[in-house]
Amino acid sequence: MDLDMSINAPHSMGTTIIGVTYNGGVVLGADSRTSTGMYVANRASDKITQLTDNVYVCRSGSAADSQIVSDYVRYFLHQHTIQLGQPATVKVAANLIRLISYNNKNMLETGLIVGGWDKYEGGKIYGIPLGGTLIEQPFAIGGSGSSYLYGFFDQEWKEGMTKDEAEKLVVKAVSLAIARDGASGGVVRTVIINSEGVTRNFYPGDKLPLWHEELEPQNSLLDILNAPEPMNT
Amino acid sequence: MSTSSVELPPKGGFSFDLCKRNEMLAKKGANPPSFRKTGTTIVGLIFQDGVILGADTRATAGSIVCDKNCEKIHYMAPNIYCCGAGTAADTEAVTDMVNSQLQLHRYHTGRESRVVTALTLLKSHLFKYQGHVQAALVLGGVDVTGPHLHTIYPHGSTDTLPFATMGSGSLAAMAVFESKYREGLSKEEGINLVCEAICAGIFNDLGSGSNVDLCVITKGHKEYLRNYQVPNHRAHISSKGFTFPKKTEVLLTKITPLDEKVEVIEAGDAMEE
Repeated sequence: MDLDMSINAPHSMGTTIIGVTYNGGVVLGADSRTSTGMYVANRASDKITQLTDNVYVCRSGSAADSQIVSDYVRYFLHQHTIQLGQPATVKVAANLIRLISYNNKNMLETGLIVGGWDKYEGGKIYGIPLGGTLIEQPFAIGGSGSSYLYGFFDQEWKEGMTKDEAEKLVVKAVSLAIARDGASGGVVRTVIINSEGVTRNFYPGDKLPLWHEELEPQNSLLDILNAPEPMNT
Repeated sequence: MSTSSVELPPKGGFSFDLCKRNEMLAKKGANPPSFRKTGTTIVGLIFQDGVILGADTRATAGSIVCDKNCEKIHYMAPNIYCCGAGTAADTEAVTDMVNSQLQLHRYHTGRESRVVTALTLLKSHLFKYQGHVQAALVLGGVDVTGPHLHTIYPHGSTDTLPFATMGSGSLAAMAVFESKYREGLSKEEGINLVCEAICAGIFNDLGSGSNVDLCVITKGHKEYLRNYQVPNHRAHISSKGFTFPKKTEVLLTKITPLDEKVEVIEAGDAMEE
């Protein structure tokens, strides 16, 4: 047991992050737990960050490193968009992330999934794990919780899903990972990107399905402490 | 005859001359004093009209309380304050530095400072030093875009939250917030909740203690309530009191008012956006 896991440990995002393409766009999903050692520093963090109007990135690994990388890439993409005169493509965004991750691989510890929609290629997902590899995939999973999802995706993934099927798949997968991974938890956030625009959804923890051996949330007995006094005749 | 050596100009940086001596002393048991840390409980919450920041007032050097009434709520801008936990020197220096940068920025732009500006300046500085600047901060303020509350960790990551706690007493304070916080608190309720959270830290954490400091920031107005609650006052004070028998004699008092050389004209219309 690592007794050095105090609240002064670097802020890391245990995490489960997912990116999935469907017929017409992409769905990005993530949990919301940020931990410092064994303490949950933020139980409602937003790990899906905007890079441009049509490209978002899911962050995992060191919170500081992933925030700085996405800030730099947002800045470069903004300049690139001005110079190009039209919205940046997902490929360019992913490559900028890859350049920063690869060229600073000794100093950074961050795994990212870039997803978005552009008019040339449609919906695309790019995974950029530790080390700075760039790999274009129909679906990508990352973070500590992803270990529990490889088998699940091998079985459940299908080409050409509809938007609702894809979102349900992502929410189911994140909730399965939350059930098994201690470093993932909180709420499930999803972002759907297609030709029409961007939709953000939020699934609070108590609305997620329960899995094997998970218990229903119980009302705490402390609630009766605040109950009003019973009436006296 | 010794050969004369060329006189080199003194180089900057750390002088390692006394390191061997310090090592020898440490072996003999004479350890140097440890860094002054603010063990700390610092909190912030967003209420109906703005932001309330709270902090305890104990500073420790190892296991000794070196300051029973220090100020942990630092001024950043007229509408932005920052609570600091961690190494006291680091929190003081970094908040002071960003305070100056914000003031210069205000002169450049002619506008009120925004909380995200302070946030970005702090996070870039802390990330650059890769966590070696041990400052964990709770930054809060109200600007043209509304009330904001952020936490900043020593490695440079930030979170934006409706209520936040940091420091060694953060778990005790967070327990209070998690059970009693709700959206749209009034100023009274917010102040009471912050006091409760800080008191939880003061009484349950060894690194926090003494008094409660508060800062209430609303649109266009701020209240810095130093020592709002004093749950640990000095109970046993000698009735004899202090007297200093030998006083310094004042021989002559002369006051020379300085002439105003510069006429300050109040700036014209301040731009909103």
